[in-house]
Amino acid sequence: MARRVLDALTARFGDAIQSTSSDYGDEVAVVRRDKLVEVARFLRDDPAMAFNLPCYCTCIDYLGLEVLTVRPTSPLAVPSVPARPVDDRPRFAMVYELRSLVHKHRIRIKVPLDENDLVVPSLSELWPAFNWLEREVYDMYGVAFEGHPDLRRIYMYEEFIGHPLRKDYPKERRQPLVRREWTDE
Amino acid sequence: MGLEITTTRLEDAANWGRKFSLFTYPFVTACCGMEFMSVAAPKYDIARFGAEFPRFSPRQSDLLMVVGTITERQGPVLKRVYDQMAEPKWVIAFGVCASTGGFYQNYSAMPGADQVIPVDVYIPGCPPRPEQVLDALMLLMKKVQEGRGHSQVRHKREQLVREGG
Repeated sequence: MARRVLDALTARFGDAIQSTSSDYGDEVAVVRRDKLVEVARFLRDDPAMAFNLPCYCTCIDYLGLEVLTVRPTSPLAVPSVPARPVDDRPRFAMVYELRSLVHKHRIRIKVPLDENDLVVPSLSELWPAFNWLEREVYDMYGVAFEGHPDLRRIYMYEEFIGHPLRKDYPKERRQPLVRREWTDE
Repeated sequence: MGLEITTTRLEDAANWGRKFSLFTYPFVTACCGMEFMSVAAPKYDIARFGAEFPRFSPRQSDLLMVVGTITERQGPVLKRVYDQMAEPKWVIAFGVCASTGGFYQNYSAMPGADQVIPVDVYIPGCPPRPEQVLDALMLLMKKVQEGRGHSQVRHKREQLVREGG
């Protein structure tokens, strides 16, 4: 069962699936951005797929990531970890985790996103549960979702500048809304 | 001379009344709320100190208990709640998060409720034991009796300014 979904995706979409992997029992398909909606619609509507439970969607900021190199002699060495160079990797990646309650299978979709073109089609039409999750990603990472019905910040306030979960946001930089005058002491 | 003594005595009597009838407004935002419930429940029984009646309207209370983490986004809300309370009023920061931000030293958490409102008594602990809360309450009662609360001091100063010109 493990690779069934991935094989079906590759057979149907070919080039749109950049790569697939199923390390540690996690089926991952890396999908090109312009085919994301098509792939998602297929995953939801095809009776053999029937992904009816959107677990979550989030984003990854790969800024400053160093690929861990483990000596082959070490007991920690995991041969299936791909040793990819850091530089040619796009900075961001959207991650969608889907599950099918019908067939009891799950899949993770990754969409690499370039820093200068941080736009991705919204999937909230297909799975309404993604509505608020995409707002969260927009709030924390600044990814713009095309076609989202209500793209506003969800955690931070309107006055907040920047996106706090990006790796280049200084984590202790506060942007206070209100402070009192210390005259009583 | 005689009038001065009378007003001082009157203030003492009023403060005595105030310290035994603190009406708390629990501004509960996080896990410290469990500890607050424990204090309010019969085992530790905050009612023994006359503070048994949580009012869920700031307009009817005179002790604001900031129980839990305050985020930057909540700052204006907390300030409004404090401003709505009638004078004289007191504030207890319940737990490290309300006192200093605790371990939330990040973009979203406010480093202590005293960034927005004046705090009279700080209770450390994550969360504080009920005994600590009762200790803080007794400290606050002492402060109320002696007229050293923030709002009392401010009131006194404003009075002096009005009278002295």
